[in-house]
Amino acid sequence: MLALIAQASTTTDVNVAQNVAFYIIAALMVWSAFRVVTTDNVVHAALYLAVVLVGVAAQYILAAAEFVAVSQVMVYIGAVMVLFLFGIMLTRATVGSEDKVNLNNKGWAIGIPVALAMFGVLVYAVVDAFEDAVLIEPSPEQIASATTAISDGYLGPYLIPFIALSFVLLAAAIGAIVLARKD
Amino acid sequence: MYAANFLVLAAALFCFGVFGVIARKNAVMVLMSIELILNSVNLNLVAFALMNSVAIDGHVFALFVIAIAAAEVGVGLAMVLMIYRNRRTIALDELSEMKG
Amino acid sequence: MLFAAETAELGHSAGWFLEQAYLIPLIPAIAFFIIIFVGKRLPWGGSEVGLISMVSSLVIAVGAAMQWIDRVNAGHGEEIEPVIRQWTWWQSGLVEFGVGQHIDGLAIMALVLVTFISTLVQLYSTEYVKGDRRYTHFFASLTLFSAGMLAMVLAPNMVQLILGWEIMGLCSFLLIGHWWEERANSEAALKAFWTVRVGDMGLLIGTAMLLGIFGTLDIKGINAAAAAGEFDSQRTLMLAAIALFIACIGKSGQFPLHTWLPDAMAGPTPVSSLLHSSTMVVAGVFLVARLYPVFHVGLEINAVGQSFNLIALIGGITILVAAALAFVQNDIKKVLAYSTVSQLGYMMMGLGVGAWTGAVFHIFTHAFFKCCLFLCAGSISHTASHHSFDMKKDMGGIWKKMPITFGAWMISTAALAGIPFTAGFFSKDEIIDSAKHNDYTIFYFVGIIGAFMTAAYMTRATYLTFFGQPRGAAAHFMGVEDHSAHHAGDVHAIDDHDDHGHDDHEIAHGRPFPFAPFDSGWRITAPLIVLGVLAVGAGYLNAPALDIHWFEHQTESSIGLPFAEHEEEVTEEAAAVTELAAGADGTVAAEDSGDEEHAAEEGGEHADPIYSVPEPPKFSWSAAAPGLILVALGGLISLGLSLAVFGKRKNPFSMFVGLTERNKVAGGIHNFLVNKLYLDHLYENIIVRWVAHPLSRAAYWVNQNVIDTTVDGVGKAGKNTGDWVYRNIDQRVVDGAVNASGVAASESGHALQPIQSGKVNQYGALLFGAAAVAAIVLIITNV
Repeated sequence: MLALIAQASTTTDVNVAQNVAFYIIAALMVWSAFRVVTTDNVVHAALYLAVVLVGVAAQYILAAAEFVAVSQVMVYIGAVMVLFLFGIMLTRATVGSEDKVNLNNKGWAIGIPVALAMFGVLVYAVVDAFEDAVLIEPSPEQIASATTAISDGYLGPYLIPFIALSFVLLAAAIGAIVLARKD
Repeated sequence: MYAANFLVLAAALFCFGVFGVIARKNAVMVLMSIELILNSVNLNLVAFALMNSVAIDGHVFALFVIAIAAAEVGVGLAMVLMIYRNRRTIALDELSEMKG
Repeated sequence: MLFAAETAELGHSAGWFLEQAYLIPLIPAIAFFIIIFVGKRLPWGGSEVGLISMVSSLVIAVGAAMQWIDRVNAGHGEEIEPVIRQWTWWQSGLVEFGVGQHIDGLAIMALVLVTFISTLVQLYSTEYVKGDRRYTHFFASLTLFSAGMLAMVLAPNMVQLILGWEIMGLCSFLLIGHWWEERANSEAALKAFWTVRVGDMGLLIGTAMLLGIFGTLDIKGINAAAAAGEFDSQRTLMLAAIALFIACIGKSGQFPLHTWLPDAMAGPTPVSSLLHSSTMVVAGVFLVARLYPVFHVGLEINAVGQSFNLIALIGGITILVAAALAFVQNDIKKVLAYSTVSQLGYMMMGLGVGAWTGAVFHIFTHAFFKCCLFLCAGSISHTASHHSFDMKKDMGGIWKKMPITFGAWMISTAALAGIPFTAGFFSKDEIIDSAKHNDYTIFYFVGIIGAFMTAAYMTRATYLTFFGQPRGAAAHFMGVEDHSAHHAGDVHAIDDHDDHGHDDHEIAHGRPFPFAPFDSGWRITAPLIVLGVLAVGAGYLNAPALDIHWFEHQTESSIGLPFAEHEEEVTEEAAAVTELAAGADGTVAAEDSGDEEHAAEEGGEHADPIYSVPEPPKFSWSAAAPGLILVALGGLISLGLSLAVFGKRKNPFSMFVGLTERNKVAGGIHNFLVNKLYLDHLYENIIVRWVAHPLSRAAYWVNQNVIDTTVDGVGKAGKNTGDWVYRNIDQRVVDGAVNASGVAASESGHALQPIQSGKVNQYGALLFGAAAVAAIVLIITNV
């Protein structure tokens, strides 16, 4: 990571302001993600998750994916978070950390090594493969036409997956209703 | 902007998610951790869209993932609700009927 | 250039009402929300809001009509530009969707018509549905219904048109199912909604195709481009026109999809009246008239040598089928419903044979007399027949008791049948005449036969309703012996009739029973009188027989196509209208207009417009005579038959009485008609079952015969082989190996059993752990 920062300051074709923003948001996200998986309070975990999701949306904007960012905000922060909060409310009578057994004791022992091993492997692989790959900065025209391009993609080469996806959503909606209704 | 920035950040999120899935007892928490994993993948896809040329396919796939994730949360939470209704608990270590 | 400047000038001085015409649908739409939210707390339960909104819309519409007439008169001999205003509603990529107004002769006609009829119907409803438990909601839906139609009528683009169209579909569902507690009503509402939806698919597809063909959704742009031939393929345009026409078939109750209209009678009578006269069903015809260049060019109407096309064909079939069905109905509202379907067939046929003016004028006149007829039926059921609509059981002999209703009914019936010098005569005759004139001879005959049938079934309905002996509820009210029921006609003899919970004496308003059928209060009779007058008077706006072409003159600029030039007469107007086809572009129009007359004289290289509609034919009594004779004949025959069947004395027609029982053919036809051509059976029993039953049966057959035999055969062969293998290989060679592997699997299974703990977290840990290990292995082997 430090090497990357050092590189960023030396090479000229990297937008410094963009990088600074990236690191600020990234730090916030990492901290929030850490809290999501460690906090004892379920509601706090959900709110930290919301911070992570907003951070992801911000990163999308940095990566010139505005439509995806808007979708992220609408779907995740608008819908999925509400679902989570409902799930928390409906499955717990009291809100808050009434017991300290949220974390599985055995889980610590297995989880930390697995996660660390995975992180190590991933970082090694990424740095090895993309050490100095620089992302292209799309032109304003490309950014402006991105939404058109996405819709062309959906109705062009990805039409069949798109239709299949709509069936998946339909099935999920029906399934969720069937599972959750009281009778 | 370096591709590695996004990819390492995504890797970090992914591993937090993995840790959550393994270590968390509360089913809702596990679902949240899965959301972390899915988001890290999306971050990768969006970054890859700008890798060699400006291609839109990464965005398209990210949107697919978002849609699927929404469906997954809906069904997942419905299942959690049903488990809660039947057992008055959503602690995953108490649910081991599928033991072999 | 000068010409272009002039039209621009005209466009600016359009006048306040024309410029603010968008308020006409907006006021009822706002009124809808007011009624919904605060209606119940208002002294009249929200009906006053609906009524006020309709009256104010009517005022604006009439004002706009006056200014439009001024505009047409001022621009005499010139092309009359529509008044178009549009605001961007939303935007997606490069396509903008606007809302606004497109005011021309056609829109003005429909606006005045809809606001006028809606006002009368709302007035009538305040009395008719008084005391209903969903009084407020009824008025809310009624107001929104009108708003939807008005929004559609002045739509400047297809999006707003679809919007209004769908609002109407929703409101018709709400209104038809107004008394949804009865299962039949809610089913009728569903049927109406879904049948129309089938057609609506066509509207969406057609609109998308228009956008693809012309690259615009603006109606003016589409019409101009279609008329100028600015499209790549005739075939695509034809498909778009057909898709749009399917929507019109659904909405306007044309032949294969007409089954919802008679069922829609389940709604309250004012709703039927509004639905069948000026809104909803007319929407389909209006769409064809509005996008006439698309249909005209797409379906090659009036092309040389063409003797029929889709629109005329569907319209013609609808005329005959619906008229035939109207004969066998006992419910007065259903007779009127089929009559509406039949008249809509006339409008479609008129558009199909190129008689645009006649068809649009028929929309105009038909609205008045059909609305009047429905309101008459409602009036009868309100006071005379105890909320029954059955002509055979509960009506008869009431003409003396309800003079206003009877008078309005007779005038409207005359107009519907096309008796000379009523409104229906002028409009219907022009359609029939044009069919002959434009070489659609088959449809000429369809038209006059339809006129014959119309006269006949309306005479039957009139006789059954107003003349003869009082029967059932009517007799009960009048204190007359009910001859048809053959039991003592004591006033209280039929009290078991009283099943909907309100007191007979309440209806009678304190009058003694023998006088009970009487004309209702002014809120019911006033609309009847007004509409009755208009059923005659409206015709004189465009009476070719008297050489009045005022209506035609006001609306001809909306056709979007020029009149074909006859060799003998090139009227000034026709020449001017030609420019519409020459393109929306002002300069092209200007060039054309300068040379047009010379070009016509020289017959030179200056191109004629590519597409044109024929001039309406000159009226002559000799041409109208066959139709008129048939109408008179139809009326007389039907009257004779009615007397023979239901009267006391014998007459020459008595030989036909009981024909359906005696003659198998006649009986068969009767059955066929009573069962509504078996179309409902077709839809419900045959199509639905054909999808479900034979498919499942075929699947079962395949399952039993093909798959089972195969499986059996494979099984037998397998068994034989297996026996041999068992004896020779299995027992000796394989057994040992199998036993060994079985033991191994069993042991390893036992060893791995703890992994299957049933705990999700552990599964996750294993999954990700294994993935991490695999990734490490891959990296190491790759490096």
